[in-house]
Amino acid sequence: MPKTMSEKILADHAGKPEVFPDELVEVKVDFALGNDITAPLAIEAFRRAGAKKVFDPERIGLIPDHFIPNKDIASAIQAKMLRDFAAEHGISNYFEVGRMGIEHALLPEQGLVLPGDVIIGADSHTCTYGALGAFATGVGSTDLAAAMITGRIWFKVPHSMKFVFKGKRKPWVGGKDLILYIIGRIGVDGARYRAMEFTGEVIDTLPMSDRLSMSNMAIEAGAKVGLIAPDEITEEYVGTRAKRAYKFYESDADASYEAIHEWDISDLEPVVALPHSPENVKQVTEIPETRIDQVVIGSCTNGRLEDLRVAAEILRGRKVARGVRCIVIPATQKIYMEAMEEGLISTFIDAEAAVSTPTCGPCLGGYMGILAPGESAVATTNRNFVGRMGHVESKVYLSNPAVAAASAVLGRIAHPREVVGQ
Amino acid sequence: MKINGKAWKFGNDVDTDAIIPARYLISNDPEFLAKHCMEDADAQFASSVQPGDVMVAGKNFGCGSSREHAPISIKGAGVSCVIAHSFARIFYRNCFNMGLPILECPEAAERIQAGDQLEINLDEGIIENRTRNETYRAQAIPPFMQKLIAAGGLMEYVREQTNRQ
Repeated sequence: MPKTMSEKILADHAGKPEVFPDELVEVKVDFALGNDITAPLAIEAFRRAGAKKVFDPERIGLIPDHFIPNKDIASAIQAKMLRDFAAEHGISNYFEVGRMGIEHALLPEQGLVLPGDVIIGADSHTCTYGALGAFATGVGSTDLAAAMITGRIWFKVPHSMKFVFKGKRKPWVGGKDLILYIIGRIGVDGARYRAMEFTGEVIDTLPMSDRLSMSNMAIEAGAKVGLIAPDEITEEYVGTRAKRAYKFYESDADASYEAIHEWDISDLEPVVALPHSPENVKQVTEIPETRIDQVVIGSCTNGRLEDLRVAAEILRGRKVARGVRCIVIPATQKIYMEAMEEGLISTFIDAEAAVSTPTCGPCLGGYMGILAPGESAVATTNRNFVGRMGHVESKVYLSNPAVAAASAVLGRIAHPREVVGQ
Repeated sequence: MKINGKAWKFGNDVDTDAIIPARYLISNDPEFLAKHCMEDADAQFASSVQPGDVMVAGKNFGCGSSREHAPISIKGAGVSCVIAHSFARIFYRNCFNMGLPILECPEAAERIQAGDQLEINLDEGIIENRTRNETYRAQAIPPFMQKLIAAGGLMEYVREQTNRQ
């Protein structure tokens, strides 16, 4: 029987010839991860269960990144729990400040999450690795604890939805715009419990950085996973990085989908999700003049080198508008170093932007860029819920890095061509 | 298991940042988290909710992050059950793992008003609205989930499995 990628990956990991949507299966986990917010709960649950050792210290990642470098005493205590647990169990994939990065940028970069894997993470944006062709999904801390003990997890096999992108991307339109476009069309629960698959001629040529941005936000449509079939672009990305063997899966041409959406995006301009939901999506050209107080360029969605290059292209030789704070956060140490070598960091500092060490900080209103009452921010992050970046009366507009950089220069939400011309 | 409580009504797409804002994720203490439960959506909720009360919401309740602090804060606040039109998937799993009963029931989510007195039979998934004299039938809890509940949560289930080996 024809199968989707999700069904094939789950069947192989369940040791079954085939699986069907809605079937409950127990599968082998290739990699499990947690961060400084979620792992402490998992560690407590691990101990409560009476567990003595992890199933495989090489297949667990502990990444302090949310309130790291420690923002206060309480977060220092949480971070210490990860450090101590990693030492106790010989978990080598623990990434200390100075070696760390935002988990979902770091793990693909390090070749620790790979095509064909089943990956669970106690972080909702674990779905990012779907861009590599992995069945990767977010879970709670207790599920992580159970997987750390047993190396297995149960899933209900999801129904699949296919999103086919046709046409040609306009300048400044990237993966972030494509995923926001989907969420705008189907809503924040439009793919609830489903496996999303992104495909079509636009995806065929989409760089890995943009693919990762797309899969990253599958959760914002309620999805379990957001997959892209591995191809030459995937091979080029993982080939030199992979720390283990990997396998490419693709859906059969006649596999069964609950829904197939086919869109020509040739006329699509960069988009922005207005407060307070990722589904409030408008093309930037449709938005009335909106003054802003802050811009954040970074996060697991858009903190990769390619994102920083785009932002630097717009900020080069220009200044952040008076009255606006622009915060740029390379997602990993490696990205930070490469950005420095390419001169991007000088460009940002010349433009009077602040550049930070890797952290999730502002994205979730943790620290490093909290908004006051009445303030607005354009952010390349993934959520714009009420109070997400600070005060309950602040606002977040989600965009790609080009729109964010252009908005920083003009002090209002802007199309990049308003800054750099056509 | 039977539950008696007053309904607190919320809308669609209640996200985990609304349930427990990230600025409080510096602790796992149920009492601390409970104090800030739903703070940005309804500042009075945490101080007014009574043990046994029921949260009733629209579609996609618990969307957003995977933070288990969300069900912990709800349970810590004394809420006995959450009824919604539908739940976001990570939140749904987390509730079973934490032992917080939740019921999917579009009819109840629509009909129940704030302050209604509810009586819920969890085993049968039957919700009785004493204020309006109405009965709603929720979607049955899947058998696999019942196993987790019977064990007392996922960790307890894992411990049972480990002991058996």
